[in-house]
Amino acid sequence: MANAKEIKTVLFGPVFANNPIALQVLGICSALAVTTKMDTALVMCFALTFVVAFSNLFISMIRNHIPSSVRIIVQMTIIASLVIVVDQFLKAFAYDLAKQLSVFVGLIITNCIVMGRAEAYAMKSSPGMSFLDGIGNGLGYSVVLLVVAFIRELGGSGSLFGVQIMPLLSEGGWYQPMGFLLIAPSAFIIIGLFIWVLRAYRPEQVEKA
Amino acid sequence: MSSNNDTISKTLIVVVSLCLVCAIVVSTAAVQLRPKQNQNKLLDSQVNILRSVGLIEGKASPQEIAEKFEKHVESRLVNLETGEIVADCDKACAKAYDYRRAMKDPEQSTALDGATDVASIRRIAELAPVYLTYDEDRNLQSVVLPVHGYGLWSTMHAFLALQPDGNTIIGLNYYEQGETPGLGAEIENERWKAQFKGKKLTKDGGVVGLEVKKPGNANPDSDYEVDGLSGATLTANGVQNTFTFWIGENGFGPFLAKVRQGALNNG
Repeated sequence: MANAKEIKTVLFGPVFANNPIALQVLGICSALAVTTKMDTALVMCFALTFVVAFSNLFISMIRNHIPSSVRIIVQMTIIASLVIVVDQFLKAFAYDLAKQLSVFVGLIITNCIVMGRAEAYAMKSSPGMSFLDGIGNGLGYSVVLLVVAFIRELGGSGSLFGVQIMPLLSEGGWYQPMGFLLIAPSAFIIIGLFIWVLRAYRPEQVEKA
Repeated sequence: MSSNNDTISKTLIVVVSLCLVCAIVVSTAAVQLRPKQNQNKLLDSQVNILRSVGLIEGKASPQEIAEKFEKHVESRLVNLETGEIVADCDKACAKAYDYRRAMKDPEQSTALDGATDVASIRRIAELAPVYLTYDEDRNLQSVVLPVHGYGLWSTMHAFLALQPDGNTIIGLNYYEQGETPGLGAEIENERWKAQFKGKKLTKDGGVVGLEVKKPGNANPDSDYEVDGLSGATLTANGVQNTFTFWIGENGFGPFLAKVRQGALNNG
């Protein structure tokens, strides 16, 4: 097992220093689709973190036995199985949210973050570290998703987690919601701004022109 | 990584055993959770029916939903063509009927051609479920019809609750749609749905009277006019088409005609 410093880098590095969405620009599609509300975004974050952590763990456990000719298929099989299990659990225990998330839980299978971590990290590292790497990348993904969802739900519906913060004009309040925030392109812009702010603070993340 | 991983036999062993393990995990999860999922689905449709009648407002616990549904609601099947309630289908048989599947099944449904398919739903099942709700003294309180039609992006599903006269709306509950968030998706907004309460479906002689007007143009005193949604003209048109189709003679028209003549009061 690695020392404490390495654990810290693996676990918290992906949050800001090496964020999978902001720096590697992976997994954007679900970040656009499920961020109109905080509660769907939160469930998506849990689902993705779970999948990436455990797929990393299992792939790392059998990494010395995976034939390199079929390694991508082996990884996909493990990831897909985990995603289906998560989807089934959501349908059984959080039906309303599962209905709103619809296909996007299933689409975790094709989320580049999961595949990317399996291929780039879990194939070369010990199970414990791979698991932490999965949690770390899940956290990195979650930070971006929750920030985007916070802005979109508050600005677009005047609420957070479904609780009305700013009473809407149409309900007799004073807030005219920004409808643009509820449609997918707004997430692009918010993620863009997020990346901008992050790179303003950490100039080393700026790609060389 | 040792190089002998790439022999054919090792590859086969790894792949087959991995598939076995994954298959067992996935199917165990699916089979174990199936009853709970089906129950969720059932509760979901029950709560939407109860909401359309106004028996449940806001959130309710699963026990409350099941109890109220059991007490107040009776499911029946209606033959859409004749408008007759299917006599040899009792409560349990109507409950087991899978409407969504029947809509797609060529044996249980008929295709609609362009002229009759006002609501762009392509096929229509021969039998449709209706839900009769009764008050404490077993008096018929309302008739709930499942309706659906295409809006701008998606098929919008709703329950329409009518008074026993078969013409006055008690409530309209859109519960499944994929319209534009913030614009068309506002058909799920309680305030918008509340407008339908008390409106009449048809004018004298059975012509469709209900009209979704441009926002702000509906006369609140009218028995037929409701406001559309601003920024969602096509969704509002879809709602209008849904009504036009389902009240019309290809939809629940024949059944509603029988209801108006008092067909439900004898049994």
